[in-house]
Amino acid sequence: MTQTVSRPAGTPPAPLPLDVEAIRADFPILSRTVRDGKRLVYLDSGATSQKPRQVLDAERWFYENINAAPHRGAHQLAEEATGAYEAARATIGAFIGAPEREIVFTRNSTEAINLVAYALSNAATAKEPEFRTYAVGQGDEIVVTEMEHHANLLPWQQLCERTGATLRWLGLTDDGRLDLSDLTTVINERTALVAVTQQSNILGTVNPLGEITARAREVGALVLVDGAQSVPHQPIDVAELDADFLVFSGHKMLGPTGVGVLWGRYDVLDKLPPFLTGGSMIEVVRMEGSTFAAPPQRFEAGVPMTAQVIGLAAAVEYLQELGMDRVEEHEKALTAYALDRLAEIPGVTVIGPPDTVARGGAISFTVEGIHPHDVGQVLDDHGIAVRVGHHCAWPVVRRYGVPATTRATFYVHTGYDDIDALADGIRAAQKFFGTSEVR
Amino acid sequence: MQLESMYQDIILDHYRNPHGRGLREPFEAEVHHVNPTCGDEVTLRVHLENDAAGDPIVSDVSYEGMGCSISQASVSAMYDLVIGKTVPQALEAGEHFMTLMQAKGDMSVAEKLEDELEDAVAFAGVSKYPARIKCALMSWMALKDASARALSVAQPATPTGGHTA
Repeated sequence: MTQTVSRPAGTPPAPLPLDVEAIRADFPILSRTVRDGKRLVYLDSGATSQKPRQVLDAERWFYENINAAPHRGAHQLAEEATGAYEAARATIGAFIGAPEREIVFTRNSTEAINLVAYALSNAATAKEPEFRTYAVGQGDEIVVTEMEHHANLLPWQQLCERTGATLRWLGLTDDGRLDLSDLTTVINERTALVAVTQQSNILGTVNPLGEITARAREVGALVLVDGAQSVPHQPIDVAELDADFLVFSGHKMLGPTGVGVLWGRYDVLDKLPPFLTGGSMIEVVRMEGSTFAAPPQRFEAGVPMTAQVIGLAAAVEYLQELGMDRVEEHEKALTAYALDRLAEIPGVTVIGPPDTVARGGAISFTVEGIHPHDVGQVLDDHGIAVRVGHHCAWPVVRRYGVPATTRATFYVHTGYDDIDALADGIRAAQKFFGTSEVR
Repeated sequence: MQLESMYQDIILDHYRNPHGRGLREPFEAEVHHVNPTCGDEVTLRVHLENDAAGDPIVSDVSYEGMGCSISQASVSAMYDLVIGKTVPQALEAGEHFMTLMQAKGDMSVAEKLEDELEDAVAFAGVSKYPARIKCALMSWMALKDASARALSVAQPATPTGGHTA
């Protein structure tokens, strides 16, 4: 690598729980260079993760050996493709402690959330009485939080506009946590569903879901947990979660793009009408009307993203081999180190919890006097990939009075050297824009 | 280091000392444009006055905004370029700037447009960075929008006349 690294005086950080060099060797893209021969320092896993060779091999294996449409056809390839698709469902379910019949494949977290939101409004007009169980309408309330990604905000805003329900939300504290002081008034007898992220994609905050689900249970509301930023980074057991739905995206957890997961409690899924309709989600079809398959097939219309599902199962196996406990510890160590390194730089302000308590490895920050786009441009010139902007969570940046932030996110291949490169890159930006001597 | 190719001194000068910044009266149209991918925004007003021949002249462009150095410098350089031009001339300058942004770093395009674009030709390096082209174009889009609205607001104000908000 070509960066000069300026370790501060003091004790070196403790060895990381994961063998970063061995892991990097599994990711072909990490061996390429960018911007005139610089080592790629990829700190944008929160947007999308890179893929290890094992995931790419699994997709290639599927296409080269058993490619066929699952759940249709009587030929051997169709049989093998169906077997592999359903085996992947079992693997992915086991990863979060769920039986396979509670795992629905979607395009990503966004589609999984929309599936639930549309099912709740479709319920109001369903001809089957049992499908009307969770119908949302006038007088009902949907609760979200101010730290939601747009994907867990807009579907609920739209549901409310379609049905006449009211959207309410929990606010944020100055240090980047949920303000639960009005929990019992915001979540009340009128609440039909609470949609909350387990980990903020912009602040890194890990939310106290237990308090929220306990209150939701008291009032009989459904709970949907957005796990897009938590499932890739910490062990999850849906039995402990005590929610009704959990959504996550394959591409943020070393898997392919185009596959996401909706987990739902079976007794709830069973009472929901479909979102998308068409082939393979049916029971009996007549010109006069049709009936639908049981979950999860009821929510998987059309030929599914079979190769991607098999790739995601390979990603899950890769993570399981590393151990999700160790993945979580690894990122905790990196987060502590990064917060220390950023705190050493005058003019850098972290937007979000200042310590590693209930916090994951997404660190948003501002650099005084330099717009995040310009910070990102200088970092890019040093080979460092970060996210800049409002991170699809516009209300959050508005809440903290900044136009945008620069965000670094970590994963299994991230090492201390990446964070040293980030710190040096920020200093280079300050030098370039002449703000380092301002303070 | 390729940064200098984009962050020309002219650009950084405009960024640090923007020309024409601030919202002023009179004006015939005000528009608000955002870049939804990054949250940058600009509020821009246009004031037109008729010249001796009765053609509408861009008499003032006033603006407030927040954004990166490229977006802020771009609106400042645009201000210098379009004041005193007729509306068609100002829009033509915008077309030249668009051509520059589509040059993918081809400096021969910039050389040909040097006279037409003045300081704004310094943004040639931005065309190498697709993610930043929108930053440079935001104010030009706002100007195009505001000019069209100002022209449709009825007759532009006379040199001594008032304004409609």
